[in-house]
This record gives sequence, C-alpha cells and structure tokens, in this order.
Amino acid sequence: MNYLMRRLATFPLVLLGVSIVVFLAIRMVPGDSITAMLGTEAGLLTPQQRDALAAYFGIDQPWFIQYWRWLLGLFQGNLGISSTYGRPVLDVILEHFPLTLELALLSMVIALLVGMPAGIFAATHNEKLSDLGVRVVAMIGQSTPNFVLALLIIYTLSAGFGVLPAMGEFSPLWQDPLRNLGQLLLPAITLGFAFAASVTRISRSAMLDVLSDDYVRTARSKGVSARGVIWRHALPNALIPVVTLSGIEFGYLLGGAVIVEQIYALPGLGRMVLDAILQRDYALVQGSVLFIAFNFMIVNLLVDLAYVALDPRIRLSEH
Amino acid sequence: MISLLSVSGLRVGFGRNPQANEVVRGVSFDLADGETLAIVGESGSGKSVTALSINRLVDYGGGRITGGSIKLRRADGSTFDLTAAAEPQLTKIRGGEIGMIFQEPMTSLNPVLTIGWQIEESFRLHRGLTGRRATAAAKDALDRVRIPDAARRLKYTPNQLSGGMLQRVMIAMAIACNPRLLIADEPTTALDVTVQAQIMALLAELKQETGMSMIFITHDIGLVAGIADKVMVMQGGEAVEQGALNQILDDPQHPYTRHLLHAVPHFAGGGATRRDAQREKQKAAEPALKVDGLVVRFPVKGGFLSRTSGAVHAVDGVDFELMPGETLAVVGESGSGKSTTARAILGLVRSTRGTISASARKAAAGQSALPVQMVFQNPYGSLNPRLTVENLLAEPVIATGGRITAETRAKMAALLKRVGLPENSLQRYPHEFSGGQRQRLCIARALMLNPSVIVLDEAVSALDVSVQARVLKLLIELQREFGLAYLFISHDMAVVERIAHRIAVIYAGQIVEIGDARSVLSEPKHSYTKQLIAAVPTIDRRHERFELDTRQVPSLVRPLGFEPGPANWQQFGPDHRARVEV
Repeated sequence: MNYLMRRLATFPLVLLGVSIVVFLAIRMVPGDSITAMLGTEAGLLTPQQRDALAAYFGIDQPWFIQYWRWLLGLFQGNLGISSTYGRPVLDVILEHFPLTLELALLSMVIALLVGMPAGIFAATHNEKLSDLGVRVVAMIGQSTPNFVLALLIIYTLSAGFGVLPAMGEFSPLWQDPLRNLGQLLLPAITLGFAFAASVTRISRSAMLDVLSDDYVRTARSKGVSARGVIWRHALPNALIPVVTLSGIEFGYLLGGAVIVEQIYALPGLGRMVLDAILQRDYALVQGSVLFIAFNFMIVNLLVDLAYVALDPRIRLSEH
Repeated sequence: MISLLSVSGLRVGFGRNPQANEVVRGVSFDLADGETLAIVGESGSGKSVTALSINRLVDYGGGRITGGSIKLRRADGSTFDLTAAAEPQLTKIRGGEIGMIFQEPMTSLNPVLTIGWQIEESFRLHRGLTGRRATAAAKDALDRVRIPDAARRLKYTPNQLSGGMLQRVMIAMAIACNPRLLIADEPTTALDVTVQAQIMALLAELKQETGMSMIFITHDIGLVAGIADKVMVMQGGEAVEQGALNQILDDPQHPYTRHLLHAVPHFAGGGATRRDAQREKQKAAEPALKVDGLVVRFPVKGGFLSRTSGAVHAVDGVDFELMPGETLAVVGESGSGKSTTARAILGLVRSTRGTISASARKAAAGQSALPVQMVFQNPYGSLNPRLTVENLLAEPVIATGGRITAETRAKMAALLKRVGLPENSLQRYPHEFSGGQRQRLCIARALMLNPSVIVLDEAVSALDVSVQARVLKLLIELQREFGLAYLFISHDMAVVERIAHRIAVIYAGQIVEIGDARSVLSEPKHSYTKQLIAAVPTIDRRHERFELDTRQVPSLVRPLGFEPGPANWQQFGPDHRARVEV
C-alpha cells in the first residue's frame, strides 16, 4: 500500500516533464494553427485579422505564458478546447479511447492465446523440425510490417471470398456488440499477429531457460509427468518475461495504432492524434500525449504488481 | 531373487554420437536392502551421471544409456529393467520407489510454489491423496525431517528458509512416499560444515527408521566414513575400486584411492599443521597488516518513508595482526562476516569504523605496488572472459597508473612460469584453462603489484580435491619465496589445517577464538569452535553419531545504536585466547 502511494506520487512529476517536452516540440514544428485551419485562405487575412485570431486562440503570448495558462487549466481539470473539434479536449479523447482500448485488449488476448502455446510447444520440441517451423513463422510475424498484413487480409477476403471487412460508421461495443466485434476482429488480428510472434519467441526462450533449472529436475525425480512439469513447475517461472513484453506492447497499443486504424478506417486514438498534429491543434496534442503517457505509467505499475503476484521472491520497494 | 538394485556394465554417452562420447564406461555394482553405497570421485569422474542413470533423469541432460543393464527389484518382487523402461513407467518409479536429493537445495526447489504444495505433490502423485489429507501428510513429512513448527512452515516459499532447512525439505519430499532407494547426489556440498553434520545425522537416522537403501555420491572420502557400508571409487568414467567401507579406507589397493586418502587434505585435528611458524622469529618486526576495531554495518531500512530502523552487524569489532610470511586463517560459517572482513580490508565495502594499516613494500622506480591484493573463490567468474591472459595480468599495473614496459612483460612471463602455467599462455583466453589453472592465473595476477599481503577468500573451495592440494602447495611455496602474508578465509577446516600458522574463528561478526593453529584445532576452547571442529568429517570417525541441533542461527540485525559489550578474553597459552562466554 505504502509502495503504491509512493509510485502514484511520482506520476505528476513524470507527466509534468512529458508535458513540457510536448509543449515545446509541437511549437518547434513550422506552421501554426491558423494557417493549418484556413489553408490557402489564410493568405487573405489582414495582419489585424491574423492577430485577432491569434489572440483568440491564445497563441500570441510567449510560450511560457501559454504553458502556464495551460497548466493552470490542467489543475482545474480543464485540458482546453480543441481547435478542430471545438469541444473540450478530454471529451474528444474519451470519445476515441474506448475503441483503442478494445483493440489493444483484443490484440493482446489473441497474442497470448496464440503465442504462449506456440512458444511452449517450440520449447518442448527444441531443435526438432516442428520447433524450427514455429520459429520461422514467428520470425515472419515479427518482420512483416502490419500494413502489409492488413492489405493481405483485406485482399484475400475480398478477392478470395468476395467479402469486405465491416467498414462504415463505427459502432461501440455497448450499442451493437456483434457489429463492433466484426469491425474490430480483423484489425485486432493484424496487430495481434506481430504481437503473438514476439510472445512466441519470448515464451520459447523463457521456457527453455526454466526447463534446464534444478527444480525442474527435482520435479522429474519426484515422478511428475512431462505435462505436469511444463504446466505446474516450469510455466509459472517462465511468465515474468512474457508479462514484461506484453506490458510494453500493450502500453504502445494504448497510444493508438495509426496505420492499422487508417487502413480499416477506424476512429481510434492514433488517427485522432495524427490529425491533431497536422492541424496544429495544440490543446488536443498536449492533452492526448499526457493521456497516453498516463496510461503507459498505469500499465507499468500493473506489470510490477503482476511480478509480485507471480514470484514471491520479488518484493515491492523503491529499488 | 536379485538384490534391490543390480547395475552391470553400465555405459552412458552424451551428444549426437553417444557411443563416441561415453562418460561412464562399464560400471557394475549391487545394492542390497538397507545398504548404503558411497560413490566417490572428482568432477568428471562420472559419479553423478551414474546416479542419474538409475532413475533415468540422465535422459533430460542429453545422455543416452549405450550399454549394460540396471535392474530394480520392485515392491511386488518383480524385476524391472530401467534401461529399457518407457517414460510412463518411469514416472511411477521416480519418487515412488527411487527418491533423489541434489547438491543445491537453494535452487532445487521451485521458487514460486510453497514448500507445502511441493511436498503434497508427491503424495498426490504416488498415494492419490488430496486436500486436507495431503496437507496432513506433508506436515508429517516435515516432522519426520525434524523441522520445528512444521504446520506453519508449509506455507513458506523456498526463499524464506535457510539452505540447511531447504535440504531437509528436499529430503522430506524425496522420502515422502517411502522409496526403497534414496539417491543423494552431493547433498551437503553446498552447506556449512555444522549443517552438513546435521544433514548426515538425519540421513543416518532416517535410514535406520525406514530401512531404505541409499546411494551417496560425494567428492569427499572423509564424509563416507560416517554413513557408507560399501564404497565405490570412480575415475574417468570407470569404477577403479570397490569394496566394504573398512577395506577401502584401511587397505586401499588402487593408486587413485590411495591418492584420495593420502594426498588430499583431510582433517587431522591439529596434527597436520605447519611447523614453520613465523611469530617467534620476528618478534620485533612490523606487522604486514594490522586491523584494529573493524566494524562493518549495513543499514536496514523499513517502515514509512524508509527510515533506517536498524543495522546488520556484519563485522562487529574485529582486531588482529598479521606478520610477514605468516598465514592467518579466518574460519567461520556463511553469514559469519569473514568475507565482509576481507572486503573491508580491500576497501571493497566501506567500514563503519576501525583502522586498517598495511605496510607496503618499496617499489622499484616506475613500478607500481599495492600492499594488499586479493584472490577470489570462483576462478570462472573472476577473470574477464574477453581479455587475454596478457591483458588480465597487465590490468592491475594499468589500474594503478603504471605502464607496460619490457620489464612488466618479463615479470608476467616469470610469474606465469612460477605458478606453473605453460609459456604460451599469454595470448590465450581464460576459457582455455581448467579451474585449477585459472586459480593459478588469479594468483599470478595478485602478485603483479608486489603485495605484502594477499587475501585469499575461499580461494581453493571451488576446486577439485586433488587440484586443491596442488594449489595449496603452490601457495605455501610462494609464501616462503616472497615472504608473503596470507589472510586465508575458508570454511574448510581440512584445508585450513594445511596452510594456517594461526587461526581466527569468527562467529556472528566477532572473533571468538584466535591463536596458534595447532593449539586451536587440537584444544578448542570456545563452545562454537568445539562445535565447528566436532562437525568436520574425518576418515577415522566411522558411523559416529552427531547430535541433531535444530537451533537457528542468531540474527545479526540489531536495533539502531546497539553496541556490543566489551570483549573479555581468556588466555590459554602463549598464543591462544578465547572470548569468555556469558
């Protein structure tokens, strides 16, 4: 409990650092939100009109004043107003987040369901032909860019079976679960494939390590069957690297998957952030990067708590 | 009707072509009910592979039985050939009829499962017990190996127990289902000597209680005297000699058996100490190393905002003087503070207080010298695998700001020759050398800076017994030649007896007894020294019983501000004193 409080206490510091970096980075990019919004018509503005617009958006001030204002708003739970959506930033983020969360969860479930058994299988058939097969597929999975895979899936479905992935207006899970699943399944497989490949490789090597440990030999000397050795003795010890990897990958996925969202026309967090950057929607970029960083920290914390649950030797402490 | 186990012409090989890589070549022996066979040999002799072939665990290490037979008489009287058995039959025999315990109790239990669960598993597999009945059986099993407070300990995970306790848990697990044969593969090698004595006593008692047979594998022929009925000596994959215990120990026929019995250090209770004592000769001389009131404490943090709540008193007021040309052995068990003392002298840990002064030799112009150097326990871990021997030897010189000159090179070559390594060693890498050769390298490296004191922290403990004897001989020669002073840290009394002029016994961070080696070993005065010496196995004590002692080692964690009381010493001779016990 004590540990949890201490960890949570570090969150604001990290978020502060992240926010300053983002704040400066996006302002270093040439162009401004007025030009981005109005396009070529921005050239028609008189200097007075331009100044008035700049004052309206608050970008006429030096960056640290802008940052201070933004920070003050943040403390009041106000992330600002998105210039492209014309709505509060938090509302916009929360509207796009459920899809991203669902996609990330689905991909991880697919990755673990496919990757762990494949890795365990390969480890127990070490250096046999079947092990080689699993390793080759995993290598392909890790090295295929996901837009290639996405296009392959769409092409196979449409050319081979004459069906198209369910596109069109996205329906959230709570409105139409079936249609929602139909829309997310293929993107989740696309993302889950490479994820599964990583899980396969890491669970294979972790299992191989563990299977040569002394306590596995002890278990065999007690008469534990081959299956019992794998599931009851080796697997619990091999889970830690798998949890670490899954946590990192899941954290990345929570930041949105720009390319896959684009191909499957999904209104997720990734595309939203990309658009916000292109539109110089400063408030939205800042807000969403902060949100993504926060999610990543939560995932890391959950991973650390999982270690403790998995291995009694690991204790929570500052080190 | 055959005896319980009958092994004949056993051959075991490894790798893709097992016939070509045989590590066991035609081993035969018989084992009757209730009998104990000790298999003695050094690493690579094939003793462990022989044992692992009996329950066919050797399959999992990449081994194949290439010839011979292993016949077991099963509980129902039928004869079963283990060499031809399939895996499902083997899982019934393993744990059910043949139990096994291993060398490293710390790694041999599953770290993420409670010990209770692990013991219950044996009952589930072989007795079909589940739930509360399995738990009750597991508690009885812990009681059987004399673990106090068994019911509560069932819920512990292995990291919460000491090595000695874990080895008892291993034994409890191995004998849970009353196997008729227990294979013990170096079960006490990783343990302290008093703990070893307790485990040996426990095994002897259990054998008597259950009437099981035992195969006891060890590199220490001194240890077999206490437990074996028969002895088989192995060398290079072959059984060079086997016979009844007394016959092997008193009238060995094979030269290798004789070598093991006589050329290798055995504890002789102070009868084999060195006679070249340095003290009297140089009463007036300056000590090479003087340690005064050394204290090393590590803070223990805990509670809210991690305040320091106490300290581990690893070293708690240690003083001694070491004269040039003299060996002071520091003996004690793991956790006693002997290695921390060594590290503090080298400045590898910060001492809390106390003074350490070493007299440096005068170095020739342009050559660097440091008064104290160290040789560590593990010759595999203490040499950087990516450096050539030349670079390894140059390192101390470079680290102290020296330059590699023709003179330095000449010194390297001379030292290598002196420690008995081939001349072409300079361009080779550590992995090309054996364990003993590597330890010689470490010694040569320590000598590069012309030290007056070398701290040897368990420097021969990781070596095979015959190699140990040769390295000890080299150390003594070097000491005479260069007038070196040794601080020799060890838990092994047999080795200490061969090399020490004086002995300091350390317990819970304090020296409890110090003095002339012969007098400390033959007439120990402090109760801890007595206990330590009584626990050392010797070939003369046959089937002697050792009292079981289930006391726990005292905690070294003290509250903040705790200071030990002043030491009261009692003098027992010109150079022998012990702490007065409260």
